[in-house]
Amino acid sequence: MNYSAFSLLRNALSHNRGWREAWRSPEPKRKYDVIIVGGGGHGLATAYYLAKEHGVRNIAVLEKGWIGGGNTGRNTTIVRSNYLWTEASLLYEKSMQLWEGLSQDLNYNVMFSQRGVYNLGHTLQDMRDIERRVNANRLNGIDAEVVSAAELRKSIPYLNTSPEARYPIIGASLQRRAGVARHDAVAWGFARAADKLGVDIIEQCEVTGINRAGGRATGVETTRGTIEADKIGVVVAGNASVLASMAELRLPVESHPLQAFVSEPLKPVLDTVVMSNAVHGYISQSDKGELVIGAGIDAYTGYGQRGSFPTIEHAMQAILELFPVFSRVRMLRMWGGIVDVCPDACPIISKTPVDGLYFNCGWGTGGFKATPGSGWVFAHTIAEDRPHELNEAFDLKRFETGALIDEHGAAAVAH
Amino acid sequence: MLLIKCPWCGERAETEFSCGGEAGITRPANPDSLTDAEWADYLFMRKNPRGAHAELWNHSLGCRRWFGVERDTVTYRIAKTCKLSPGKTD
Ligand SMILES: Cc1cc2nc3c(=O)[nH]c(=O)nc-3n(C[C@H](O)[C@H](O)[C@H](O)COP(=O)(O)OP(=O)(O)OC[C@H]3O[C@@H](n4cnc5c(N)ncnc54)[C@H](O)[C@@H]3O)c2cc1C
Ligand SMILES: [Zn+2]
Repeated sequence: MNYSAFSLLRNALSHNRGWREAWRSPEPKRKYDVIIVGGGGHGLATAYYLAKEHGVRNIAVLEKGWIGGGNTGRNTTIVRSNYLWTEASLLYEKSMQLWEGLSQDLNYNVMFSQRGVYNLGHTLQDMRDIERRVNANRLNGIDAEVVSAAELRKSIPYLNTSPEARYPIIGASLQRRAGVARHDAVAWGFARAADKLGVDIIEQCEVTGINRAGGRATGVETTRGTIEADKIGVVVAGNASVLASMAELRLPVESHPLQAFVSEPLKPVLDTVVMSNAVHGYISQSDKGELVIGAGIDAYTGYGQRGSFPTIEHAMQAILELFPVFSRVRMLRMWGGIVDVCPDACPIISKTPVDGLYFNCGWGTGGFKATPGSGWVFAHTIAEDRPHELNEAFDLKRFETGALIDEHGAAAVAH
Repeated sequence: MLLIKCPWCGERAETEFSCGGEAGITRPANPDSLTDAEWADYLFMRKNPRGAHAELWNHSLGCRRWFGVERDTVTYRIAKTCKLSPGKTD
């Protein structure tokens, strides 16, 4: 069923009894051309673009839990493309361009809202880094501006721009095309669109082994039986190392809990996204009115989808430093996701030493914004058995050659 | 909040400590003869297990000494902590 104003009206008239499930729940087949492990946004987008752009028809997405139950449905939904290095900014910018047409393309409202993202600077060094990044962005054709404290005072009235602040705000970078999107809708929209193109989305199906013969991947063991495949793409975020060890591969990633929080709903008070690396926090307001708040990762590795209390306290301190006006707001919920952190804060989208086995991981704290772009280049990598030029630099081999892409400055706490 | 037992100072709150990551990574004895792949493995590749993990921690806001921790990365339960001894990593 195509979603439109007309279908809304027609279903309203029949008391909304006519809506169908958005995707099928098929039994797994014995064999697929391509299996995608992980039904997060990245895995679903990969399956979608494999079917749409590369004409692969026999695809399954295997998800151990439910669609979007991982980081896709747990993140703070910031979308931007103002990364420092050319390799990274072009990849995220590809994603940004896909975001700009995504709701139409998927026929699903992902509520992409280009409300702008400010990265605050609190010191002279912060401002120099910001100016450098803004210049680098512009050279790559990405919109970026440096704004002063006076401009911030006008556009974000409740932000504490007083020079008396403990960490005074001197200015910021602004990407106007950046913003937020509805995370669940991204997972559901890609799932529905992929399903329409014949992709089997199989939930409650955990991959427990990767079968190989003569240096080639041949299929997977799952909690729903053995499934054969010509090619296997693994996109399991925080569980990347677990899947890699099934194929005796080692990865440079470590899994950390990352927490987020929402407040009780408030009247509209913040119409943009504000982030600060220096005080280590970031904030936006959802369409429901909740303040959506996040901070840095927990210091130790962990697979428990919850975080530690000191991190919560730290995040709240940061937000109150920026917005003292929120001191009496009550927090409603908090949760954690498991993020796969890479030493250079950049992803790995790569072939592996095992033929027919591909990994897409290491997005760490900032992969939501990349969802469409990541799926797009990973689909190309799998279909053509070689990377697209946009993800060539994100090969696993960079840890041997030393050609790391150090995005800590642009990515550290900033998601 | 984790309670971590420093082998010298006893149980303290996690905020007094910093986590140094995977234990037992030995510095290559012959750096000159290492291949790029071996360097990559030493510098970057990590076990990152789901379950029991041998780690190094530092009591950074206390006695500032390093020690070994065996921690479960799913339950976060700490099975034991121990002093480090030369040539021994667990
Ligand atoms: C609190 C928080 C805030 C964040 N904020 C932002 C932000 O503002 N902006 C941004 O760009 N990014 C953000 N991120 C990062 C972003 O969420 C991730 O990088 C991104 O969602 C990863 O995409 P994914 O589809 O691979 O992950 P997931 O949605 O985690 O998908 C991986 C899937 O693999 C499944 N899986 C795991 N093991 C197996 C197995 N053995 N068999 C089958 N399936 C398996 C999991 O169940 C999961 O559904 C944030 C993350 C968190 C946790
Ligand atoms: Zn001590």
